[in-house]
Amino acid sequence: MAKEYNLKRADFIFRNENDWENILSRTLDKDSRELINELISSELKGRGGAGFPTGLKWKLTSEAEVAQKYVICNADEGEPGTFKDREILMKVPFKVLTAMAICGYITGATKGFIYLRGEYKFLQPDLQKVIDEFAYYCKEIGFDFSIEIFMGSGAYICGEETALMESMEGFRGEPRNKPPFPTNKGYMGMPTVINNVETLAHTYTIFKHGAKKFYDLGVQFSRGTKLFSVSGDTPKPGIYELELGMSLSDFVDEFGDGDTKAVQVGGASGFLVPRKRFGETSIGYKGKLTGISLPTGGSMMLFNSTRSMFNVLDNYLEFFREESCGQCTPCRVGCQQLHMGIKAVKQGQKPAVYLDKLLKLTETMQYTAKCGLGQSVANSFSSIVENFREEMIY
Amino acid sequence: MDKKINVIINGVVFETKPGKTILDAARDAGINIPTLCFHKDLCVAGNCRVCVVEVVGQNRLAASCATPCNENIEVLTNTLKVRTARKHIIELLLSEHNADCTRCYKNGNCELQELAAEYKIMSEDLIPLAPYKNYTIDMFSPSIIKDDSRCIRCQRCVRTCAELQGVNALSVAYKGDKMKISTFFEKSMNDVVCTNCGQCVNHCPTGALIEKNYIEEVWEAIADPEKHVVVQTAPAVRVGLGEELGFAPGMRVTGKMVAALKNLGFDSVLDTDFTADLTIMEEGTELLTRLKKVLVDKDDNYKLPMCTSCSPGWVKYIEHMYPEMLENLSTCKSPQQMFGSLAKTYYAKARKLDPEKVVSVSIMPCTAKKFEADRPEMHDSGYRDVDLVLTTRELAIMIKQAGIDFMKLPDVKHDRLMGDSSGAGVIFGATGGVMEAALRTAYELVTGREVPFENLNIKSVRGIEGVKEATIKIEKPLDNWSFLDGVELKCAVAHGLVNAKKVMEAVKNNEADYHFIEIMACPGGCLGGGGQPIPTNPEIRERRAQAIYEEDAGLSVRKSHENPEVIKIYNDYLKEPLGERSHHLLHTNYTRRERY
Ligand SMILES: Cc1cc2nc3c(=O)[nH]c(=O)nc-3n(C[C@H](O)[C@H](O)[C@H](O)COP(=O)(O)O)c2cc1C
Ligand code: SF4
Ligand code: SF4
Ligand code: SF4
Ligand code: SF4
Ligand code: FES
Repeated sequence: MAKEYNLKRADFIFRNENDWENILSRTLDKDSRELINELISSELKGRGGAGFPTGLKWKLTSEAEVAQKYVICNADEGEPGTFKDREILMKVPFKVLTAMAICGYITGATKGFIYLRGEYKFLQPDLQKVIDEFAYYCKEIGFDFSIEIFMGSGAYICGEETALMESMEGFRGEPRNKPPFPTNKGYMGMPTVINNVETLAHTYTIFKHGAKKFYDLGVQFSRGTKLFSVSGDTPKPGIYELELGMSLSDFVDEFGDGDTKAVQVGGASGFLVPRKRFGETSIGYKGKLTGISLPTGGSMMLFNSTRSMFNVLDNYLEFFREESCGQCTPCRVGCQQLHMGIKAVKQGQKPAVYLDKLLKLTETMQYTAKCGLGQSVANSFSSIVENFREEMIY
Repeated sequence: MDKKINVIINGVVFETKPGKTILDAARDAGINIPTLCFHKDLCVAGNCRVCVVEVVGQNRLAASCATPCNENIEVLTNTLKVRTARKHIIELLLSEHNADCTRCYKNGNCELQELAAEYKIMSEDLIPLAPYKNYTIDMFSPSIIKDDSRCIRCQRCVRTCAELQGVNALSVAYKGDKMKISTFFEKSMNDVVCTNCGQCVNHCPTGALIEKNYIEEVWEAIADPEKHVVVQTAPAVRVGLGEELGFAPGMRVTGKMVAALKNLGFDSVLDTDFTADLTIMEEGTELLTRLKKVLVDKDDNYKLPMCTSCSPGWVKYIEHMYPEMLENLSTCKSPQQMFGSLAKTYYAKARKLDPEKVVSVSIMPCTAKKFEADRPEMHDSGYRDVDLVLTTRELAIMIKQAGIDFMKLPDVKHDRLMGDSSGAGVIFGATGGVMEAALRTAYELVTGREVPFENLNIKSVRGIEGVKEATIKIEKPLDNWSFLDGVELKCAVAHGLVNAKKVMEAVKNNEADYHFIEIMACPGGCLGGGGQPIPTNPEIRERRAQAIYEEDAGLSVRKSHENPEVIKIYNDYLKEPLGERSHHLLHTNYTRRERY
């Protein structure tokens, strides 16, 4: 098959033109329905989790007829191997604040929160200063919108949007039943837009340059650019903004160390792609053109031939086993069984076919777990066990 | 809002109302879906995931208890995918569980066991996780045992303690594989705000929360020829016991219960209803005294409103949560404890027994009564007033162990001296009952006339509403009570501690000017007590309540002060309500406690 896409670098997110005041007041002059249509036509999808269309999310929230609504910026960034939101908040926080305010204008929310990961507490003082400056400007132009930082306390699950809201409300960070979705009943039971830091930063690009510019980047179903947190066995770890739709082999050509055995796409809750599939795998949201989805924030972890895939899986499962909130059966007990199960197989206490039982179990977890955490454990488990079965057995 | 929508379940179209869950719709249509974390008394949690079903068009399965029906939603409840998933989930739960059913108190009445039996989980594929966990059993409470090794983490107990009781003694601690149900700083249930109400026991699907049982101790006492074992039966037991022994909810089994107790070998079968009537005499008089002291004498040492004190779960709750309001609590002991101190004094004397040889046992719908009997101050007879407290459930176990065919028993009456009861004593078992009983007596005491309600039924204090209010105007009182002329006696009734909290907050913030408040810790009153048969739900409690009011209506004596044995005990022994002996034997004091 001919190579269709090359790796295309881009530079929108971190380009700092210091024009946010201008963009904000200019955008606030426009009709909010027009803005929603603009956002919808950009086909921007959420960069923090499930890839939900951002324009639609804002539209749904704007349609609710209640007095109080909220905008939340999800800066919990807990996915192992992801560190791009921190960078955005350090380098271009104004973009995020502006986007939140515009979202407030569109949806009718007057209150915004930034849910900041506990480990990012060191960002708080600087971020607060920027928020104060931003608040001052809003007051000056007579726009009613305030932003507050809410400090998380370190549980991975609190990045899940409804667990995050529970935790903000002072409860234990346990995901809620959906429906209702946050667009209907979110923080304090009120309609709430919750977006990832990066998603918000992209809307800034869209409001600044227009939807077309964004839409023209990337490929069908996966428009625009995305930040990738590159780590593992690579000579150039770091954060890169790339157009969506690239093939994984191009990516590995650029970032691999020449000995790449596999790439974990999307962090612990993502998929492991073995070398033989690099060519057929393109990076973007699920759709006809791409072999794989981006379940979370764009973590790309490269493994070379010195790495044991058993250890990689062991590590992920240990993570899930501890970070599951523990409320629902398939996830709480499933993670323990998977973790102990692969060890038992590795140590010869269970036969290799036990892996098939565990694969079936991950299917049940995927179908029945209450939230994205438990549902996505199957991703790394099945992609690693199926592709590196020989490394799993005794 | 009579809008209807169509749902298609397993290919058949049914009508349902918008907002109903898939589970509701399916059950209405006669299709059962298994559940574990779901309970009719509680908000939906959706955490066990055993209720999953297929929604056509969706890859993932939906938790039917937590998924509302949309118009024309198409649901499949019994596909291979669904069954496999459910089976996996039950297997997973069992792998984490100390599934040693033969050594479990809930063997035979356990929702997990039932599901395991239904799905025939025979394989031992999964790795048993229980041995890797440091499961602990908390046995320090006199009322409740918490065995974490039998817990499926459905959080029904947590929701019960928070939503029905507003106590929050139980909460979820840790996450992931360490997630467990715990208490403040993992202290024993005995050392935290827990009121011993037992509602969590009633709502737990497994053997993780059970009453501490004293069955063997009772058998031993009965077997001891030296001992004279008396037993008292609380009002609500007679409308619950049948459920454990093959009758439908709402069956009154008073006579069979007495027959069974005699069969078991108790030396004397007496009635807590008798001391319920006595409580009314004491508490009614106390209320009138307080009214006089506060309204006429302006005596600061007396406080209004006066709250009832017959529910030991409520008493412990106020001790923890409103210690500054303990003076509002009636000083009357509960009927159980009044009975206890009289059993080893009045009764022993009349029967010429050495009180040391009298063992007093009570059958209660309640686990908090076990704690109450254990309180250090409850020794006014010179001995421990109530030696052993059994729940309705424990009595049923004894009856089964004794091989008694309960259904075939004749109806037998309670023994005399402390076994007679008025209808007023009976309705103690339902929320509003104490209030109604007290009003029947107090009004008549003050005015010389019966309460102005048809057939003495004070309907406004009956029923399932969480907080009920009633006002009764006192007109043309007898000379002694002339200060009450024209006074509107304001009463409130609350059941379930979360409702007690509402009333107490209103009182505390001077938003309510009640004179008299009845509070029962459990939903529905004692008939919904933590020691009553499992399961419990609003319909079952409703039936038990009906049975209680039927029992009342069928008695010839309906007012406490007309109970002949009550009249007799005042003539022969106590002399007068609030008299010196009463004060010594029938009244108590309270303890301030911390709020954790
Ligand atoms: C276990 C779990 C953890 C998550 N953690 C994060 C996170 O750290 N940051 C984030 O933006 N979204 C996270 N999400 C996704 C959020 O639930 C939510 O989908 C997202 O914030 C929506 O924003 P978006 O539409 O802009 O992506 C997580 C989801 C799950 C299931
Ligand atoms: S899937 Fe896992 S993290 Fe999500 S609700 Fe269930 S137990 Fe909690
Ligand atoms: S809780 Fe239920 S399943 Fe568990 S051991 Fe007891 S009876 Fe068996
Ligand atoms: S103790 Fe009982 S009610 Fe509470 S979580 Fe465990 S099994 Fe459920
Ligand atoms: S006995 Fe009552 S107060 Fe105690 S934990 Fe259970 S529900 Fe809560
Ligand atoms: S009964 Fe529905 S999830 Fe537990």
